[in-house]
Amino acid sequence: MGFEGIGAAVKRKEDGRFLAGRGNYVDDINRPGQVYAYFKRSDRPHARILRIDTAAAAAAAGVVAVYTGADFAADGIGGLPCGWQIHNKDGSPMAEPPHPVLAQGKVRHVGDPVVAVLAETRQQAKDAAELIEIDYEDLPGTASVLDALKPGAAVVHDEAPGNLCYDWQIGDKAAVDAAFAGAARVVRLDLTNNRLVPNAMEPRAAIGECDVAGNYTLYTTSQNPHVIRLLMGAFVLHIPEHQLRVVAPDVGGGFGSKIYHYAEEALVTWAAGKLKRPVKWTAERSESFMSDAHGRDHVSTAEMALDAEGHFLALRVSTLANMGAYLSTFAPAVPTYLYATLLAGVYKTPVIYAEVKAVFTNTVPVDAYRGAGRPEATFLLERLVDAIAHDTGIDRIELRRRNFIPANAFPYQTPVALQYDSGDYETTLAAALKAADYAGFPARRQAAAAQGKLRGIGISTYLEACGIAPSAVAGALGARAGLYEVANVRVNPTGSITVFTGTHSHGQGHETTFAQVVADQLGVPVSQVDVVHGDTARIPFGMGTYGSRSIAVGGSALVKAMDKIVAKGKRIAAHLLEASVDDIEFKDGKFSVAGTDKSKTFGEIALTAYVPHNYPIEELEPGLDETAFYDPKNFTFPGGCHVAEVEIDRETGVVRVVNFTAVDDIGRVINPMIVEGQVHGGVAQGIGQALLEQAGYDAGGQIVSGSFMDYTMPRADNIPNIHVGTESTLCTHNPLGVKGVGEVGAIGSPPAVINAIVNALDAYGVRHLDMPATSQKIWSILQAGAPRMAAE
Amino acid sequence: MPQVTLTVNGKRHTVAVEGRTLLVEVLREKLGLTGTHIGCDTSQCGACVVHVNGDSVKSCTMLALQAEGAEVTTIEGLAKPDGTLHPMQEMFREHHALQCGYCTPGMVMSAIDLVAKHPEGLTEREIREGLDGNLCRCTGYHNIVKAVAAAWPLMHQKAMPAAAE
Repeated sequence: MGFEGIGAAVKRKEDGRFLAGRGNYVDDINRPGQVYAYFKRSDRPHARILRIDTAAAAAAAGVVAVYTGADFAADGIGGLPCGWQIHNKDGSPMAEPPHPVLAQGKVRHVGDPVVAVLAETRQQAKDAAELIEIDYEDLPGTASVLDALKPGAAVVHDEAPGNLCYDWQIGDKAAVDAAFAGAARVVRLDLTNNRLVPNAMEPRAAIGECDVAGNYTLYTTSQNPHVIRLLMGAFVLHIPEHQLRVVAPDVGGGFGSKIYHYAEEALVTWAAGKLKRPVKWTAERSESFMSDAHGRDHVSTAEMALDAEGHFLALRVSTLANMGAYLSTFAPAVPTYLYATLLAGVYKTPVIYAEVKAVFTNTVPVDAYRGAGRPEATFLLERLVDAIAHDTGIDRIELRRRNFIPANAFPYQTPVALQYDSGDYETTLAAALKAADYAGFPARRQAAAAQGKLRGIGISTYLEACGIAPSAVAGALGARAGLYEVANVRVNPTGSITVFTGTHSHGQGHETTFAQVVADQLGVPVSQVDVVHGDTARIPFGMGTYGSRSIAVGGSALVKAMDKIVAKGKRIAAHLLEASVDDIEFKDGKFSVAGTDKSKTFGEIALTAYVPHNYPIEELEPGLDETAFYDPKNFTFPGGCHVAEVEIDRETGVVRVVNFTAVDDIGRVINPMIVEGQVHGGVAQGIGQALLEQAGYDAGGQIVSGSFMDYTMPRADNIPNIHVGTESTLCTHNPLGVKGVGEVGAIGSPPAVINAIVNALDAYGVRHLDMPATSQKIWSILQAGAPRMAAE
Repeated sequence: MPQVTLTVNGKRHTVAVEGRTLLVEVLREKLGLTGTHIGCDTSQCGACVVHVNGDSVKSCTMLALQAEGAEVTTIEGLAKPDGTLHPMQEMFREHHALQCGYCTPGMVMSAIDLVAKHPEGLTEREIREGLDGNLCRCTGYHNIVKAVAAAWPLMHQKAMPAAAE
């Protein structure tokens, strides 16, 4: 074998089955005797339910059962739980209204499930749903946070007067106000972060099953099967863990949207128990648009206090965050601890104050989507920095350099709770500018102008916090769960290895990268390592994959478990080699006595552990199978610099990203091929947010982007080739020195693209643009006024 | 219920379908060929692309009855019986052109048709435009484009014409 350890671009183990069409996604699974569920959803944003008549549907061909919210109420089934509790400025807890499985009394957003029809075939269920009659009394609805907070706005939940979920703050307000009072200058920017639909290519799906003894199985499209088992079992359906198995097999992308416990999972499991038949549901894409948690949707004001030289003295931020109609699993944490704590960014701003109001509206619940809070913070900061450059005339690169946290300042305590362990922002900036040929831009701009194109360049120097999270910290901040990770390393008798991880791979390639970590540490080939994930009956209790945590937290647990394997192996080797344990070294897959040629291979030790004929049985158990839990000491802090170069067609307003360069510090790289792929995908989602994507609602809450025909997904011809570089400083507090790469692309790229567009439009007096920068928006700017100066 | 007879991956099947049954539903639900995926309900995403009589087709856009007598190839039918992958599948693996794998079957089927129908060569721009009917949310398309360009010489058994590069 060639080198397959940490740092090798090993081809993926999982590709064989995917390329052959032999993946095993939830909708590919069929259980004997299954019935199909179809949901009749609200087609209106906000209404009282006056009457539901399901008689005709229940009598329709093939229909097995019809359920409404009343059936859940009668069964004593409460609502879906929220996993994070935020406290208001006055210390009181956030408003936490119930989130029923099926609507009770009212519908609160388009897509709210009202009735479930179960039938022998999918088509029969769908046909029968057409026969359901629901009388609604329409109520006024709201979609925007600004409207929902207006006096007299329709109230989404009686439990949340004024539609306020919470009013939260962080930072030293008095110190910030004092700094503003003494500032030479204040620069202010109002901005929104556009609402997005995650749109993993695999629509959500779930199959519930229950045997005669009351043992349940749920197959579901999840990023974290144990979390679903805990939430649904303990808090919704009251099924004890040992009688509930949750399987998340191959999952076709998640991006956050498959973290959460959804109503459909609870319904198919509960109904399977009632019917003693498997119940299958697969979302149609139209359902995804109105039932998968959306992302972003912030309205913010940011103000920076500056001294005369452009040093940042204080940052003040006020944000309104849309929660949608119900609290999704992680939703309250996103605009608080995953957002406001990031507002220092890469800058040594001495004092920061942020306040966040979370608001209920008649829209689909909003929760974490790739980056979750950090893209919002990064967009705000990196747009604000460019606005400061615009207003003060200081060069935007120089302005950033003047305010960077220097490389010798780590560990660095920010004024918003986080302590960064490592980073070097000057190095990633310099590397990105060089790779993007920033110096050569004026010539390219001129060449473009000669062809009638407006060309612009923009950068963002970003930082994010991932590898979530130290459990005690998360708990203090309102998390209702721990956020450690687990790995079980099972060495099989002939030396092959099975790893059981609590993380979940839905595109990230853990089956390869985790095997590489094992190959690196234990000296066995990648082909001899099998990585098992996604089945609570097989894996130990772990928290799953989100927040770029898999390698930083799960990989660390894996290293800890392997440390135990090696320690035990040394004791077995000492016995076989008649040496002291302290003299045994383990290297390149061999246990040897230091300073001698006496050694035993890893495979020999494994076999001895399972065939313990010559074995220190009095003091050592047989077997070689170790589990470790790892609770991280801190978040990890990837950062870097993204450079976008755009060209605008003056006739049409179409923006094309012509060059994109990402130089990221993600700590140690396990597999550079996979790392580049993660950055490519994240950047494409970031370009999508910047140019194309908008989850659209009308003012009353009717969804107007309900399919791929009106929600613009980035396609191959919208995305440029992406240059990816890495410049690593190692994480100082985990054993692999890793930081995480899953989200950096989506975090760093949107402000780089918008900064480039604003740069391209500098002659038009544009200071700021909200996303998405559609061709219509750009065209209107181009039409509105002649350039202040000749762009050429 | 009407019947349709079609040949899928070289094997002839006769199945009873409703008039409204889609080709993709026959493939996935009647024939168990779950490699062909469904990613949307508006014929936008391309996860369901198969070859029908040699042309790439979104199998969610075709009624099963329209496939009467057709030769259909799905992702499961690409590799040789001994398991040797089609050059396009091989290049997808080589260039890390897939992550979650969900769009992959449709993307591979579209890409094969694109390359096969352009013996004169393909520029990067043409590849990007040629894959316009297939959505991928994971890869950012970068490595897919590389894989398709790398498969062209293997499928045509000659170097990509310089003018096209």
